[in-house]
Amino acid sequence: METLGHLAHGFAVAFSPTNLLWCLLGTTLGTAIGVLPGLGPALTIALLLPITYQVAPEASFILFAGIYYGAMYGGSTTSILLNTPGESATIVTALEGNKMARSGRGGAALATSAIGSFVAGTIGTLGVAFLAPVVVKFALAFGPAEYFSLMVLAFITVSAVLGSSSVRGLTSLFAGFVIGMIGVDLQTGQPRFTFGMTELLDGVDVIIAAVGLFAVGETLYMASRRYAGKDEIVPLRGSLYMTAAEWGRSWKAWLRGAAIGFPIGAMPAGGAEIPTFLSYAIEKKLSKHKEEFGTVGAIEGVAGPEAANNASAAGVLVPMLTLGLPTSATAAIMLSAFQSYGINPGPLLLTTQANLVWGLIASLFIANVILVILNLPLIGLWVRLLKIPAPQLYAGILVFATVGTYGISQSPIDLVILYLLGAAGFLMRRFDFPTAPVIIGMILGPLAETQFRRAMTISNGDWSVFYKHPLSLTLLTLAFIGLVGPHIWAFIEHRRRRGPEHVPGDA
Amino acid sequence: MSTTNQQAAPPRLAVPELLIGIGLLACAGAVAWQTLAIPVSPLYSKVGPTVFPYLTMAGLIVLSLLLILAALRGGWQPEEEKETPTDWKALGFVVIGLLANLLLIQPLGFTAASVIMFVLVCYGFGSRHTLRDVFTGLVLALAAYFGFAKALGVNIGAGFVENQLNTVIDAFSTTLGG
Repeated sequence: METLGHLAHGFAVAFSPTNLLWCLLGTTLGTAIGVLPGLGPALTIALLLPITYQVAPEASFILFAGIYYGAMYGGSTTSILLNTPGESATIVTALEGNKMARSGRGGAALATSAIGSFVAGTIGTLGVAFLAPVVVKFALAFGPAEYFSLMVLAFITVSAVLGSSSVRGLTSLFAGFVIGMIGVDLQTGQPRFTFGMTELLDGVDVIIAAVGLFAVGETLYMASRRYAGKDEIVPLRGSLYMTAAEWGRSWKAWLRGAAIGFPIGAMPAGGAEIPTFLSYAIEKKLSKHKEEFGTVGAIEGVAGPEAANNASAAGVLVPMLTLGLPTSATAAIMLSAFQSYGINPGPLLLTTQANLVWGLIASLFIANVILVILNLPLIGLWVRLLKIPAPQLYAGILVFATVGTYGISQSPIDLVILYLLGAAGFLMRRFDFPTAPVIIGMILGPLAETQFRRAMTISNGDWSVFYKHPLSLTLLTLAFIGLVGPHIWAFIEHRRRRGPEHVPGDA
Repeated sequence: MSTTNQQAAPPRLAVPELLIGIGLLACAGAVAWQTLAIPVSPLYSKVGPTVFPYLTMAGLIVLSLLLILAALRGGWQPEEEKETPTDWKALGFVVIGLLANLLLIQPLGFTAASVIMFVLVCYGFGSRHTLRDVFTGLVLALAAYFGFAKALGVNIGAGFVENQLNTVIDAFSTTLGG
């Protein structure tokens, strides 16, 4: 009941005319960058970070949240019509959605994905509103040791458990740690990893890292892959109105998707890939129209994963707002926006920044309503964005990348760092290293170090704090299982399939 | 003993992957070198500023060894990545565009440098309408300069193009004001 009162207050904040305008701007921008291949919410929010020096925190977070939600809606349009998933979370949408578009049912696919996103986004946002205060009560008992262990768990899940290889995921994460440590150590004032350069004393700005990895790296990759063949845009055919049968097949999938997506997103593991793939598998299993999967496109296969994607995007906000624990690149960049205001997200955020948090949550409900309007009746507008030719699109991205980075301090050194990170991003993309763990490691690494040193100071240098506190021990055990478990599982499977015979040279 | 399955795929050394592993090992070395350079005050002897760097270095060494091992066993590139040839020409033009931007942004200012980068990158991506690209790049750079940078309050510095335009704008507004 307390939550409802807070929410009412939040709506009062979000419904102020300026905040509504920020929300409209964010959702429109978010949809646009979601539609455009090569641009994502993490990059966009990073480029807009300087706005935190200009406007109140409520305004910028309402803008960022609108971009975050909008990109999820826009990303599905690209997946369905172009078969090029703009975001990793919409890979699954492309599977059935593009098939539907090719068989002339693109309208229904877009409708079920937009309405499903709305339903699941609203359920997910309700989940944030009601779950966040509960998590806060739990989190108040956390000491530095528990925080550190929780961060270790998050590090393992975002880099080692998700993604195609735990070694490559962890490599990205550790690279992020190194970047995050560049600059003056806040506790002792010692410069670290500066290679004697004064420009590096302030550390590497998160804007430069995000723009380098996501914009420059992506552009270099796309340039090198021009022989890979192009996806053509499937012209939008079919009515946007779903038939009664399509509604009947969609609504259960939406609810199931939301039920899968939100809890997984809200766990300190995050990530939208697992819930979307899980939802796809479940819908395929439960569907009465199995023959449509992979052939003409099954509407459940779009509705479920889209709902799961949006619900998990909402879920990610729970650990972010209550524990200060970002589990996606976008959330990590939002965390650095909090830092730029001198606000530390954590259990106290909901009470000390009630206006900000509840205004933000309320604006998410409004954003969902705006987005379903933007993405259904106005869909034709976004389809036109898909026709921007690749040369001008990527060249334009680089122009904005320059504004975003050179504008920080007008130092060509920043551009050098940007291009070096861009080259790293290109290699990572080319050799299948995930980039999100770099950003997460860079932002969360220093926070983990602070908690670690705090815990060790309290314990007088006794390492046992991390395993003598039951909660901390549990979290570390979970992290260990997350790291080792899949390998043991794969080994057992391998053995079982191959039989017990030992193969020489397979040590 | 040896099944057909085994013979079909003998593990071969993957050179690019090996280079990545070695490169990462070199990075771990750089981390070690920089960590040794951190002066540690005896006051912070318990958990000083070097503990995390050392942990990170250890992690990087283990990971790079695992990557090198994976490279020796045939690498990890997905088949489709291997099969697609790299378009070095396109990549080259984008890199030249970036370098041009880096070298020209101070002497010429943001707009002029951006237009040159824009045209080079467009050319790299296969656009052959160079004149149109010059125009598009100019419009975009000016929009970025006057819209984005000014709205965000970031100062991107002014070069030749910006100064001319600012003079025009100033003259225009004084005329209107006067």
